[in-house]
Amino acid sequence: MRAVAFAVAASLVVSCGSDDRATGDAVDVTVFAAASLTAAFTEIGDAFMAANPGAEVRFNFAGSSELAAQIGEGAPADVYASADVANMAELVAAGAAATDPVVFATNAAAIIVESDNPEGINDVGDLADDDLVVVQCALEVPCGAYATEILANAGVDVTPKSYEANVNAVVTKITLGEADAGIVYRTDVLATGDAADGVVLPDDINVLAEYPIVVTESSPDPAGARAFVEAVRGAAGRDILESYGFGTP
Amino acid sequence: MSRRRRRVELPIPALLLAGTAVAFFALPLVGLLWRAPWSNAWAYLTDDTAVTALRLSMLTSLCATALSIAFGVPLAWLLARVDFPGRGAVRALCLLSMVLPPVVGGVALFFALGRRGLVGQYLDEWFGITLPFTTAGVVVAQTFVAMPFLVITVEAALRQLDPRLEDASRTLGGSGWYTFRRVTLPAIRPALTAGAVLAWARALGEFGATITFAGNFPGTTQTMPLAVYLSLETNPEEAIVLALVMITVSFLVLLALRDRWFGAATRAATVAT
Repeated sequence: MRAVAFAVAASLVVSCGSDDRATGDAVDVTVFAAASLTAAFTEIGDAFMAANPGAEVRFNFAGSSELAAQIGEGAPADVYASADVANMAELVAAGAAATDPVVFATNAAAIIVESDNPEGINDVGDLADDDLVVVQCALEVPCGAYATEILANAGVDVTPKSYEANVNAVVTKITLGEADAGIVYRTDVLATGDAADGVVLPDDINVLAEYPIVVTESSPDPAGARAFVEAVRGAAGRDILESYGFGTP
Repeated sequence: MSRRRRRVELPIPALLLAGTAVAFFALPLVGLLWRAPWSNAWAYLTDDTAVTALRLSMLTSLCATALSIAFGVPLAWLLARVDFPGRGAVRALCLLSMVLPPVVGGVALFFALGRRGLVGQYLDEWFGITLPFTTAGVVVAQTFVAMPFLVITVEAALRQLDPRLEDASRTLGGSGWYTFRRVTLPAIRPALTAGAVLAWARALGEFGATITFAGNFPGTTQTMPLAVYLSLETNPEEAIVLALVMITVSFLVLLALRDRWFGAATRAATVAT
């Protein structure tokens, strides 16, 4: 009995600790990507594996700054895709990037409103109405800084009811009907489906979030990592990104 | 080792486990103290954000504690003294918010009290009251998660109280209210205080339900835990200082209460049984 228990425990330890990366030529890459890329990158990963039999792509989706910190602490990433230029710049400055960062996608900001736009919000100026419940991200997170910049560009004075901790919290306030309008990313509006609608912001006041990607210095499979980056930037990758609302350069 | 000392000692394994538990609680605090930016601490403390958030936290957590006492003591009395069908289910229902993930609690509050909520839509329509994004909403969220701590503490004390004391008061002509005020309340006061402090501490640290239901706006709904969370995004040093302020305030309160009330609560329970 004891021997069995030991064998089970030992196999658990081994299976948790083993590095089952392929040793041959098969591509095996681990991609650290910003949370907003979850749906698009999962689809690109599936397409990549379908096109390269035997290839393996794993993902770690989280906030860009958290991922950069994880890579800095030695997490095994082959590719890093950030939702902003600032976190990427820090990673490059720390010498953790093996290639120059390239912007592979952009994400425009948009006004999110309730389904069918019951308050009739048609442009950013409408947000100044004091009877509207407007929420935006906190200035500490990128979407909050963008929102403030857009309102300043438009010369519109808006006092939000709340500075939400992240973009998902803004979306939730709209889909629950507790707020009338907020400023989020275009991809967030599309992801809500029928639960909310979006109002497009004109280019002259809008802000584009840029998404850069690199192969990491510590990548165990740099060739595979480059192949994945090419897949993201290729025609198929761009089509997938665009289907989720991203812009592509 | 002398015999006399050995008498008060716990068995070695228990002592080791207890010591590990103390280290488990102490080490993260030591970590915060270790990384705290002492040279800039004063600047962060006198910062507008910190002062406003701390003041709001004090106000709302004390309001939540008062509401918890006002509604929680009668609730505890109902659960402890009145035998009605479905009492177990009612108790479970009232304590559920202790185990609910706070963010889910915040969303559930929207469904109940939000402007499209079950009751909230009529509050808005008939009285023009909307709770989300207001200081009152913060108090509601804090009370929702804090009151159960008071209820279980007071209910336990009421159950351990000898009902003959209350019977004696009543047979001597004391009204129900008189008996509650002069017999029941003094007997459960230590537990009531301990429960109120637990509820206050929970309200002070409340984060998830508050940021979900009440949002985050400096001066009206940005309590200390929200300010700490957001400053962690851009200025971890400031977050550490703010967290240490909260920890210090709570620690001093718990320290002051250590023997006077928690000890008394235990003694009262022992005497009553």
